[in-house]
Amino acid sequence: MEKGWLLPDLDDVDSAPFWEGTAKGELLVQACASCGAQRIPPRPMCPACRSLQSGWSPVSGKGTIWSFIVPHPPLLPTFAELAPYAVITVSLDEDPSLRMVGNLVTGPDGAINEIDPATIEIGQRVSVVFAKVEDVHIPRWVRVAS
Amino acid sequence: MSNTLRDKTAIVGMAHTAFSNKGLPDTELSLACQAISAAIDDAGLKPSEVDGLSMFSMEGGREVEVARNVGLGGITFFAEVGYGGGAGCGTVGHAAMAVATGQCEVAVAWRARKRAARSARIWSQTGSRIAGHNQWSRPSGMLRPVDELATLMRRYMHEFGATRDHLANVALAQRKHANRNPNATMHDRPMTREQYMEARWISEPLCLFDNCLESDGALAVVITSAERARDLAHAPVYIHSYAQGLPEQHQSMSNFFCEEPLKGPSYTAARRLWANSDLKPKDISCAQIYDAFSPLVILSLEGYGFCERGEGADFTNDGGLEWPNGRLPTNTAGGGLSEAYVHGFNHIIEGVRQMRGSSTSQVENASSCLVTSGDCVPTSALLLRR
Repeated sequence: MEKGWLLPDLDDVDSAPFWEGTAKGELLVQACASCGAQRIPPRPMCPACRSLQSGWSPVSGKGTIWSFIVPHPPLLPTFAELAPYAVITVSLDEDPSLRMVGNLVTGPDGAINEIDPATIEIGQRVSVVFAKVEDVHIPRWVRVAS
Repeated sequence: MSNTLRDKTAIVGMAHTAFSNKGLPDTELSLACQAISAAIDDAGLKPSEVDGLSMFSMEGGREVEVARNVGLGGITFFAEVGYGGGAGCGTVGHAAMAVATGQCEVAVAWRARKRAARSARIWSQTGSRIAGHNQWSRPSGMLRPVDELATLMRRYMHEFGATRDHLANVALAQRKHANRNPNATMHDRPMTREQYMEARWISEPLCLFDNCLESDGALAVVITSAERARDLAHAPVYIHSYAQGLPEQHQSMSNFFCEEPLKGPSYTAARRLWANSDLKPKDISCAQIYDAFSPLVILSLEGYGFCERGEGADFTNDGGLEWPNGRLPTNTAGGGLSEAYVHGFNHIIEGVRQMRGSSTSQVENASSCLVTSGDCVPTSALLLRR
């Protein structure tokens, strides 16, 4: 299952700690070591204070659906087989302008097309889970009661 | 402000090749040379008089090859603008700045593009391991530009109450204009609102007709000083104002990682564009707005100040974008949705036609035209006037 998935380069200098975190079941966000500002996607310099020092801190993994789409073909073959599926964008509870793109599932092993897109609404509450695809743990989201 | 670009330069020549969504046999370089050569002829100039080049950084035919093919003179200015669909007006603006500051006397700006073949589309060529910012979207099946725009549009609908009917207004207005333009890919293919509503999904909430064509073709314009322009073949089309726009914390295409994703690059470009202009949005006769996807027209109307934030959808109601009686006749040749998609350069050509009085949907007494590049990437815009 899930052969031919588009997966991140785990050696990407800026993001490697994020993927090390997901492998341990942690959702980490890069944070400036100087002023504390959090940033997604990760990058070398803090745009708030220009510090090059940064660390990674865990977040709650709770958030709200900010937007969602339902892609249909033409798509790359792996994704075309699963279409239509939903892709959600989640605002994290820690800071609503920190957003992550993901899929809505019923659990870590769920398929990305198992949720009926007609039941998805902006504002629904979600919580992170981690799906293992090859050697990568991809953050996905399950709905939780608000 | 005497040191602005205001009316110091003009577009004096323009041309384009045939457009095809089935594919043209020529290479990008050959297409570029054909368009540039014809634009120089249109201006009544000689290739040896061209001493400035301004092109997209994505251009397949490089400056050296273009100059060797077209037989251009010694080039003293050459520049490239990045970010694909955001670059078109930028190439003209850079050429105008170079002419206005004496770095060259006659510049050409162009785009040649071959994207009709499905295999030519960048999203279908993605390797299996992804570095950089696409790590934050592609592994979830957000693969294509349309998926990124659909995300923004769904949010826009949620915040401002817009519906698919507003998107249909955009697509239908442009199809109507294309049916007046014999050169448009969708000429002789009228579309009804029912056909729009029944079209297959590409990425909900966007359907097939919210997406631009993919075309092969090339287009070019020639820019020189206002003084010289007055002695040439066509009435000068003055470059009244020009700006680029790259907002704070903008992420090209996947602009979700900032405070206000729905305030795109248009807002940034608009500040400079209007500040350096004698004109205001209410003075503008017509607009050519970059439309790789229909939502960009709505977002750009807001960004360039034709209406308030959140009002762009309603601006399209009651034929608001349609020739001849709309509030702002927009994409009067059919645009990327229905004429051709050549990274938005056809919007520049149509802006010139409107100022020359030669559009197939000519706005009566048109005196000024806004031309924009893509609101989803670092962008650029021009105000043209007669």
